[in-house]
Amino acid sequence: MSYLESTLKTVPTGIAKVLYLNWALVLLLSAVASVGFLMLYSNAGGSFQPWAEPQMKRFALGMIAMMMIAMVPIWFWRNIAGLAYIISFILLIFVEFFGHVGMGAQRWIDLGFMKLQPSELMKIALVMLLAAYYDWLPLEKVSRPLWVAIPVALILVPTFLVLKQPDLGTSILLVAGGALVMFAAGVSWIYFGAVIALFAGLVTAVFASRGTGWQLLNDYQYRRIDTFLDPSADPLGAGYHITQAKIALGSGGWTGRGFMQGTQSRLNFLPEKHTDFIFTTLAEEFGFIGAFSLLALYAGIIIFCLISAMNNRDRFGALVTIGITATFFLFFSVNMSMVMGLMPVVGVPLPLVSYGGSAMLVLLAAFGIVQSAHVHRPRSKR
Amino acid sequence: MKRTPIENASSAKRITRRALFLGGSQIAFMGLLGIRMRYLQVDQADKFRLLAEENRIKDSLLAPARGLIYDRSGTVLAENEQTFRVVIRKEDSSELDAVLLKLEELIGITPEDQARVRKELKDAGPSAPVIIADRLSWEDFSTVSANGPALPGVTPEVGLSRYYPLHNDFAHLVGYVGPVSSYDISKMETVDPLYKIPKFQLGKFGVEAKLEDTLKGKAGLRRVEQNAYGRIIRELDRQEGQPGANIQLTVDHKVQNFIQARLGGESASAVVIDVETGDIIAAGSTPAFDPNLFVRGISSKDYSALLENDHRPLPAKSVQGSYPPGSTFKMVSALAALEAGEVAPDETVRCLGHVEVGGRRFHCWKRAGHGNLNLVGSLRHSCDVFYYEMAQRAGIEKIAEMGRRLGLGETYDLPLSGINSGLMPDKQWKLANRGAEWVVGDSLNAAIGQGFVLATPLQLAVMTARLATNREVIPRLVKSIDGVEQPVRGGGPLGLNENMLRSVRQGMFEVVNSNRGTAFRSRIADEAMRMAGKTGTSQVRSAVVNNNNVPWEQRDHALFVSFAPVEAPRYAVSVVVEHGGGGSSVAAPIARDIMLFALHGAVPPLEAYPSSQRGTIQERFRTLPLIDRETGADERSQA
Repeated sequence: MSYLESTLKTVPTGIAKVLYLNWALVLLLSAVASVGFLMLYSNAGGSFQPWAEPQMKRFALGMIAMMMIAMVPIWFWRNIAGLAYIISFILLIFVEFFGHVGMGAQRWIDLGFMKLQPSELMKIALVMLLAAYYDWLPLEKVSRPLWVAIPVALILVPTFLVLKQPDLGTSILLVAGGALVMFAAGVSWIYFGAVIALFAGLVTAVFASRGTGWQLLNDYQYRRIDTFLDPSADPLGAGYHITQAKIALGSGGWTGRGFMQGTQSRLNFLPEKHTDFIFTTLAEEFGFIGAFSLLALYAGIIIFCLISAMNNRDRFGALVTIGITATFFLFFSVNMSMVMGLMPVVGVPLPLVSYGGSAMLVLLAAFGIVQSAHVHRPRSKR
Repeated sequence: MKRTPIENASSAKRITRRALFLGGSQIAFMGLLGIRMRYLQVDQADKFRLLAEENRIKDSLLAPARGLIYDRSGTVLAENEQTFRVVIRKEDSSELDAVLLKLEELIGITPEDQARVRKELKDAGPSAPVIIADRLSWEDFSTVSANGPALPGVTPEVGLSRYYPLHNDFAHLVGYVGPVSSYDISKMETVDPLYKIPKFQLGKFGVEAKLEDTLKGKAGLRRVEQNAYGRIIRELDRQEGQPGANIQLTVDHKVQNFIQARLGGESASAVVIDVETGDIIAAGSTPAFDPNLFVRGISSKDYSALLENDHRPLPAKSVQGSYPPGSTFKMVSALAALEAGEVAPDETVRCLGHVEVGGRRFHCWKRAGHGNLNLVGSLRHSCDVFYYEMAQRAGIEKIAEMGRRLGLGETYDLPLSGINSGLMPDKQWKLANRGAEWVVGDSLNAAIGQGFVLATPLQLAVMTARLATNREVIPRLVKSIDGVEQPVRGGGPLGLNENMLRSVRQGMFEVVNSNRGTAFRSRIADEAMRMAGKTGTSQVRSAVVNNNNVPWEQRDHALFVSFAPVEAPRYAVSVVVEHGGGGSSVAAPIARDIMLFALHGAVPPLEAYPSSQRGTIQERFRTLPLIDRETGADERSQA
């Protein structure tokens, strides 16, 4: 409400808002999505079916949603942050009992026209709620233990539900995304230092608990860690994904094999080549130059969003932008790390590129909020 | 929440600071990703490129078609038939359980087979195909092929397998192939990569084994691109193998078939050779077996049945069996004495039924004795005493030398398994092998083809051919390889005195055609085809007992050698019937039938036989299991 009273007159209204959109961001998002279309087209053996065309339709839908969300004043989104969180939370509990089991995990609700993953919604809702929380919280209380405990609880409760599905990737994204919002809001360094120390201790505990009665992770999760640590140990079994991904990636070389010439991905050596492992297709077909260009596009999105956040003197707007940007960053960096063998395979899609309905829609909707924050940012009266 | 401008400024400042830190960290991490990307894609590109090639490109050997084997008229004796099978490779077998279950449902793979596949996969190399099911019917094969998508890793293959259309007839000559075993590999100096093709067939016996290198051909190479499920996307390269050379043998499948049928259930052998060229027209050995059993991998039950049969179906008796030639050897003794000038063709020797030499009494088969006999008479009556005399006059060295000149005790270079060289003994041999001096009694026994002398049916046929032509006939089995005619070896003059040889032939003629000859009952009535021959009855045991009263394995061997037509010899025939009894009663009639069949190229007309025997002959031929009972005309199927 802060800017409403002081700067309402300077905020663009009506159709004029469109001119104030962060158009650079729109272009970058479209560029990234186009890379996705190309890869899906190539992966289908040079066909728009079954992936590229639905993906393009969904992207168009997502862009429209983004524009519409961007037109709505940012205070509206701040006000419904709590509601969004509660709805996401209820849906998470709902999938726990009624969800469909897909790919070995219970993750989504079939809405008929699309499959909704409540955990996707939760990522954004959590960022929104935390941003709203720190917008509301007086600055001097930010680092007080009680006022730190509340957001920690807000993060951990849905994380626990997601972990139970089990979806390790989204859990990591939730915790890290939430933590980054807290960090941006100015929570003391000490807490983060303590958490990192605690995490190190936890990792030790996880490994120490293996095989004992109080084992902390599922066997398959342990195996994934093993495989991550030494993918060559079981090249036909658990290590298959990583080994094949690295082969596809590595065989790309500087310039790649050329569009539609990738052998590894197209010949099905790669699992989930159109979803989590789509980056390998790009890397194989367009080589280091192609892969690095995608990274550069992502970097551009991050930079434009952060600049927007730093120029935004509305606390909610800035925090929600940073939070969404951080979540986006986590998405692609976890995916790329995983594909490049820097992290265990945890099942995180490459944002805007991987085939998948709800992830793309939710992400574009989130960028709609970023755009709304950008359009409705307080402006000086000059 | 309302904030003061100072608070707002402080908030913005802090957010900016933290956002800068976050952004910096993020960009730094992306830099790390970029470095990793560069490391994988640029620094290690070669390694991964290679791995990628290995991933998608699979080389496999293409088995060449094995050379075919024909008889002299072009009838196929050994051919290749298409077989259908399904294989799986270890590296493609990640869904083995599901695949086996599905196959059980589709084509009824037995639990035993499934267990075998699991075991073989465990031991196999990653890309070595393991056969799930072999020799599928076309229906089953197409079922599997049609269900390809539901059977990841399963590859349907069309292979070639050996087939012997004449079954038993050429089991001993053409032999058989079987799957390559690790034992076969261990015996090879350099292993042709061909033999690593699973179920590749290797010659195990007979011509198939001895001419393996000619028949096998050269492996082709097939390079395919395949996907992660082992399904072939496209063929990148294909170098066809070189099929093995086709081989044409000198044999005539009809004569061979007739011999096998005529010898019937006896443990016997008969050889027909062309006296001019030495071509082996037929070389029968009974009982025989179906070589097709071995191609598929004979069951241990069938195999032990073959091993335990006291008539020994497995060896080729025509070249592997060696027998005391008995009286069929008498021509050798006679010629040895004649050539040495120890006896004149018309000189007579008195047979009293026995002779005393070195304190031992040697009997003639006719206890009453033959009286005065010259050479021709001695052959006609097969008098033993005459040859005891010849042995003493000529000595073993002369006899052995003559035997070798006529081809006894020699090994011929033929592509057959286990060729026996027989034995043409002399003094040196006895000293070296028995550690004893040669005694005159040994010579006497040798002179009538007993004692140490051993000959194979093939050697007896060669001997007879040489007697008929006075030429150095050398047997030949391979007529042509890939259309290239193989040379006829030998054929040079043997250098025997033609006059002396004429007496011997006269004796052989009278054996068959004189009404007092030992094989008169087996004469040929057709003037143009009259036969000369010699009976032989070789003792298996020492005591002379009536053959009918002893067990089969102690009975005498019945032998007969012959050539015909007498005026212009074409074929030499030898017959050995193990424990058959008398040469005149058992072997000679068989030899006549074979000779007539060979001369006619078909079942001989009854007119060739003496009129009194035609009824029995007709009845005998009617019951013979022949492939082609056409008479007279020489019509042959061309392959």
